[in-house]
Amino acid sequence: MIEVQNIHKSFGDNHVLRGIDAKFEPGKISLIIGGSGSGKSTLLKCMVGLHAPEQGKVIYNGEDFTRMDFEARIPIRKEIGMLFQNSALFDSMTVEQNIIFPLEMFSEMSRSEKVDRANYCLERVNLAGRNKLYPAELSGGMKKRVGIARAISMSPKYLFVDEPNSGLDPETAILIDELISELTDEYQCTTVVVTHDMNSVMGIGDYILFLYKGQKWWEGSNKEIAHTDVEELNNFVFASPFMKAAKERF
Amino acid sequence: MFFTYFGQYLLLLRAVFRRPEKWKIYWKEIIHEMNEIGVGSLGLIAIISTFVGAVMTMQIAFQLVSDLIPTSVIGQINRDSSILELSPTITALVLAGKVGSSISSQIGSMRVTEQIDALEIMGINAPGYLILPKILAGITMIPVLVIMSIFLALMGGLLGGSLSGAVTPADYLNGITDGFRGYTVAVALVKAFVFGFIITSVSAFKGFYVRGGALEVGQASTRGVVISCISILVADYIVTALML
Repeated sequence: MIEVQNIHKSFGDNHVLRGIDAKFEPGKISLIIGGSGSGKSTLLKCMVGLHAPEQGKVIYNGEDFTRMDFEARIPIRKEIGMLFQNSALFDSMTVEQNIIFPLEMFSEMSRSEKVDRANYCLERVNLAGRNKLYPAELSGGMKKRVGIARAISMSPKYLFVDEPNSGLDPETAILIDELISELTDEYQCTTVVVTHDMNSVMGIGDYILFLYKGQKWWEGSNKEIAHTDVEELNNFVFASPFMKAAKERF
Repeated sequence: MFFTYFGQYLLLLRAVFRRPEKWKIYWKEIIHEMNEIGVGSLGLIAIISTFVGAVMTMQIAFQLVSDLIPTSVIGQINRDSSILELSPTITALVLAGKVGSSISSQIGSMRVTEQIDALEIMGINAPGYLILPKILAGITMIPVLVIMSIFLALMGGLLGGSLSGAVTPADYLNGITDGFRGYTVAVALVKAFVFGFIITSVSAFKGFYVRGGALEVGQASTRGVVISCISILVADYIVTALML
């Protein structure tokens, strides 16, 4: 489980996060949603240690991650898999080398075991046989899937996903959502997804945290979100006339 | 401002020299970087050094018009200038442009495309993995390039001197061997070592902390080259003052 307590983060005079508290349960998909500039990516980066919050704690299974130094964080980091918005694949490496890279750094597997693991991860994301391609030869959706394959190569306990559907067509976006859902079930990992995508919100959001102006404005499940009367959340989720009409009918 | 950046540079170096996660992976990277920096720059350094040596010989001959001075002195002056100053400094300045800009833009691109964040999240010491192999390759290969540059500058001098008729090959060879002191080569190697460290670490520093996109990567690369060149000239003065 991951718990964030009273997280504050500023960039100069811009106070981006203002005391966020939340709990992210294992085996469930937690979504962080909010408008642009609401602080959702900043919260995700504070959780994985890419930003240091000025105040507050990020707790991984009872251990305060924010107070740890680089060395102490390594065991937790080995249990983290992350998919970045632009996939962040190492462009000088092939697909297979990208997936094997964390294993080469941290495991004592033989070469053939590592290749087997890479093949398994690629099969898992429906990219079997694409081992020798370079990231520049892949489409946006394929890059995301390779990013997911790399994230699961170390069998993560915590899976972080930043805007998994940005730049993808609706059909591919749903496939990525389904994949995240299947992997969360398979690894029983704590999955945290930052998203704008309403299909994801309605489809896979076991727990949803809505941020507004750097504060926690609402939390609940995808079943509860349709019936909420929080104006800011309704304005965000049911922004288009079509969605407003759908909500009224629902 | 200067002290802020210098402090940030020192902190980065501290992270660079942290114990590597797996030497085997780092070793592979070091060999790769040695090939990039050393073999990749060999042709350029060879051409520049040969021509500089040839031109130096002709210019020294042009200035030494007295009949009282033996022409073998041309070889001596070319030898000491090449060993002590021209080969280490020109090689370093050229490599600051070629290797330095490549390092800044490579690391800068990795920063803006979140590849460095990906390394950090995996628990890998990104400064160590990305920068340490480059520094180690720089401080080993740049001295090798400087030695080759010295040799080629002297051979260029032989060629330039004999083709222009400024000095006979026999006088020139007599000049470059007469009164040779091995200590001057040691000074050149110390300079090359220091310059190798400056080129790789300063360029990597500028790339590592870049923020923004492609434009900022280009700007960081340019700044890396400028700061490296100035630092090389300052270090050149300091090493010369300390060792000679």
